[in-house]
Amino acid sequence: MSAQADPIELRGRGSYWYRNQTKIAPFLFLAPAFFMFLLFVVNPILQSIWVSFHEWDGLGDKVWVGLANYVELFDDELFYVALWNNVIWLALFMLSPVIGLAIALYLNQKVWGIRLVKSLFFFPFVISQVVVGLVFAWFYDPSFGLLSEITTLFGGDPIPVLSDERYVTYGIVIAGLWPQTAYCMILYLTGLNNLNGEVIEAARIDNAKGWSMLYHIILPQLRPATFIAVVVTVIGALRSFDLVAIMTAGGPFGSSTVLAYYMYEQSLFNYRMGYGAAVATILFLIMDVYIAFFLYRMLKQESRSG
Amino acid sequence: MFPTAIQKAPPAVAWGYRISLPIALIIWLLPLAAVMLTSMRSLSDITQGNYWGLPTEWQILENYTTVFTATPMGLYLMNSVIVTLPTVAITVAISAMAGFALAKYNFPGSVLLFAMFIAGNFIPFQILMIPVRDLMVQLGMYDTYWSLILFHIAFQTGFCTLFMRNFIQALPHELIEAARVEGATEIEVFWHVVMPLVRPACAALAVLVFTFIWNDYFWALVLVQSDEVRPVTVGLAALRGQWVASWQLISAGSLVAALPPVIMFFAMQRHFIAGLTLGATKG
Repeated sequence: MSAQADPIELRGRGSYWYRNQTKIAPFLFLAPAFFMFLLFVVNPILQSIWVSFHEWDGLGDKVWVGLANYVELFDDELFYVALWNNVIWLALFMLSPVIGLAIALYLNQKVWGIRLVKSLFFFPFVISQVVVGLVFAWFYDPSFGLLSEITTLFGGDPIPVLSDERYVTYGIVIAGLWPQTAYCMILYLTGLNNLNGEVIEAARIDNAKGWSMLYHIILPQLRPATFIAVVVTVIGALRSFDLVAIMTAGGPFGSSTVLAYYMYEQSLFNYRMGYGAAVATILFLIMDVYIAFFLYRMLKQESRSG
Repeated sequence: MFPTAIQKAPPAVAWGYRISLPIALIIWLLPLAAVMLTSMRSLSDITQGNYWGLPTEWQILENYTTVFTATPMGLYLMNSVIVTLPTVAITVAISAMAGFALAKYNFPGSVLLFAMFIAGNFIPFQILMIPVRDLMVQLGMYDTYWSLILFHIAFQTGFCTLFMRNFIQALPHELIEAARVEGATEIEVFWHVVMPLVRPACAALAVLVFTFIWNDYFWALVLVQSDEVRPVTVGLAALRGQWVASWQLISAGSLVAALPPVIMFFAMQRHFIAGLTLGATKG
């Protein structure tokens, strides 16, 4: 794709390329990205949906079973556990824009060293979820983790968070909130940086302060940041896989599994590709609601400004 | 500025605020600090249950040397580098081209294509898992660097194209028109007019994509399986199984694995944050 490839042919004023280049060029520029995306993203989605109508062990022939995989899902207790856990993830993850905003408000000052403090607060987002998972698994360890040290300090018994079916999902979600909150915080810090100072000063003259200032003046201006924060948080909650895989592998007894992990487990450990694909398709359909919402907002914005 | 500058508050409050900062920071990073301390502990500290206090003897060099000599951590790190660097370069290049096409040309279907790139970026990985894995097996690329490189390029292209398209659209159209009037071909317009202007966007994307790919766990789990090609995320998770009680080594390994994106972040912080938040100021 070098401009010097064939100077005579490219520069010749009468050549086909020269006359039609504004029509051809966009397709040339798009070709590599489009081809890669088609091959590794769009096509696999369709194939997965196709596979979900089959019984398949990944090696032999696919056997058409129609909707049987989906029918089975409705009777599968673990599927409901995974679905419910995704609901918990989603609900609790919504705390991260809130806490992120609180931390951003706390850090939005100009004092010595604040830049470094902000960067260090952002730290958890930069490190791998594998490391986050290891760190928190360790934090929760009933025999020596910091959590049990704290509970015994106050006279309580150590809580085996990750091996107790009642707490395990909450324990993992808290680990997930750590990097997610850091992400939301940085979005809000940038938003706070771009506030319209005149509007704030005017509101101050009108005696607005504290909560009412935040609610009526600041939050409306932060709406773009809130929008992105909510979108990435929802996607993060529904995509949750790494932490579950690292911290519990879905256990104990599947009680901390989520749709993403359940799909992986069914496909690669139980060799039930068709069934796994059906779980993935359900997850995909849930996610589509949010994707559609995001696209709608984004393209509406587009047609307004363009 | 909101909240009101702390300097305008009574001195006691202002000082209270300054003092609260390091305390809040320590609490926020407590899990990480513990890992850092433990990566320097001796095994006897660990067997005696000293996990959270200061190490009784410092074994910084020993532990970090052991990580590299007794385990394939060095190999895993190398694998991550081999997968990540070409992916970042190619992704940024092809998404700059695609972003230019979507931003500055009118052709039927351009909005639809743009929507496809945006939507693709949010889908769950699991809907791609079975077919992508199957495709890599058929292409003979399963368990090679190529499977990870090709897939990551394809997937990251969605986000990068979205980003580049928004960035390029904000560039003045007159610049491009002027170059065309002077007889530049479209390829020359891209290379000599657009590329120099999008360099900051390329830098932002490069650091961001570097972090995403370096930290990827799912695809490294699904597309490769042997030590020779395993990236550091999966390698670390596998090592945990072998060193069940040697928390000082797991900690040291974790820090080694986390270090490259952290360095990247601190070195290119401005670009990194610009990359993460460009959507926020635009959306």
